[in-house]
Amino acid sequence: MEVPVVAGAVEIEVKDLNFYYSESTHALKKISFPVYKNAVTALIGPSGCGKTTLLRCFNRMHDLYPKNRYEGEILFQGENVLSKGTDLINLRSRIGMVFQKPTPFPMSIFDNIAYGLKLKGVTKRVDLSEKVEKALVHSALWDEVKDKLNASAYDLSGGQQQRLVIARALAVNPEVLLFDEPTSALDPISTAKIEELAATLKKEITIIIVTHNMQQAARISDCTGFLMLGELIEFGRTDKIFTAPSEKLTEEYVTGRFG
Amino acid sequence: MTRELKRKTEGSVALSLSTLAALSGLFWLVFILGDVFVHGVKALNLSLFINDPVPAGAEGGGLRNAFVGQLMITLCATLIGVPTGVLGGTFLAEYARGRKIARIISVLSDIMVSVPSIVIGTFIYAILVKPVGHFNGWAGAIALSIIMIPVVLRTTENMLSLVPWTLREAAFALGAPYYKVIIQVVYRGAATGILTGILLSIARVAGETAPLLFTSFNNSFFSWDMKQPVASLTVTIFQYAMGPYDNWHAQAWAASFMITIFILVLTIIGKLIIRWRYR
Repeated sequence: MEVPVVAGAVEIEVKDLNFYYSESTHALKKISFPVYKNAVTALIGPSGCGKTTLLRCFNRMHDLYPKNRYEGEILFQGENVLSKGTDLINLRSRIGMVFQKPTPFPMSIFDNIAYGLKLKGVTKRVDLSEKVEKALVHSALWDEVKDKLNASAYDLSGGQQQRLVIARALAVNPEVLLFDEPTSALDPISTAKIEELAATLKKEITIIIVTHNMQQAARISDCTGFLMLGELIEFGRTDKIFTAPSEKLTEEYVTGRFG
Repeated sequence: MTRELKRKTEGSVALSLSTLAALSGLFWLVFILGDVFVHGVKALNLSLFINDPVPAGAEGGGLRNAFVGQLMITLCATLIGVPTGVLGGTFLAEYARGRKIARIISVLSDIMVSVPSIVIGTFIYAILVKPVGHFNGWAGAIALSIIMIPVVLRTTENMLSLVPWTLREAAFALGAPYYKVIIQVVYRGAATGILTGILLSIARVAGETAPLLFTSFNNSFFSWDMKQPVASLTVTIFQYAMGPYDNWHAQAWAASFMITIFILVLTIIGKLIIRWRYR
């Protein structure tokens, strides 16, 4: 497979990754591709192709369930995150994740953001306040919530909740952020805000996003990987994938012939 | 008979039967509560709450010992039963989720819920009264807590299962270890449901007589000592209602009224919490 040229270093290198749900389901088949630093990498493909499964390998979310098995390597700054010795708590604070549906915790807006910080050992109120504000400014939510930090996070709209969750992930200063279809439950205006946010955030962190929406992938990503039935059919620069894909299947998918 | 008429007849027969069944249920409920209310209010007086029983046959006296004893036993039962039930439910819903052991414990605890309380009473009699040599308050509290545990356990399990799994994943994704995820996120999400379950379980045991009859028995004197027999409202009601004296009967009515009110209030608070949470 041709290596795409994107400015910047490789942050994560996926090498011959196989993933099995229990013994029988081979969900990801020999996947290899690079994730570039300070870029947005999109994973697209029809339902059930394994894109979310792939995303959840980066922060080892599959470890929550028994019988799941990884093979191969995911080198994050040179270290294999799939090795047995990986400290998952540390890994997950370096590689944050935002889910499809907003997942605010049943607590106040402030406490939601402070949650990850407290886990990392930040306890002083002053430090917490400062970092919470910074994260909310960062996720473009500060102006909307600065007067009601003690209100329940459930009082926010869906779009605001999703930005709150992004702020919560940003608060702990992750190096990589994983987005699992972050806008599929949101209205167009909220979606636009999150997309803008991704564009701003990539100046500081690396983003991998799973999306069902091909326009979204085309709008915000630098690189795109197209998956089908657990295989990475094609990986390359986003403009190339969408205008001149090398694989017939990719072309058929991005032009809407199936999916 | 046309088909339409037949359907209408069947409909009205079904409606009348079910209405009748509901009414007859309601009739007895209102009858019992009304009777307790009328007799109970009539027998209420200050002496009931501030005096201990006088010798049988004498006038006056009160049930201070039984009120305090009931509260002590119920409180101790709650202190034993609630943590055990909540932790057990947490084990089932979180750590043993989907495992065979969780299914087995759930089914066993459902069976426990329907075991007659007198069986639990005699069981505790055999292990905590007989060896000790005399009735004691702790035996009563433990008997009640055994009735509580399966109720609290199953409620906790159900309420924790209702917390969306994605919420746990979100906490894991921030690097939280499992016990922190449970305590800080899952418990908060399920707090009102668990609290309701706890209140309803207290209401359930507060009205139990049979298990106390074999364990804490009764005490005509005021006592804080849980190692000795302790008076309770329910056993006192049983004893006084069977007794030959009119003022015993009156006091039994008053005690019935108070315990009914207590359970009613707990139940109403429980239902209000549910409504407030899920409105």
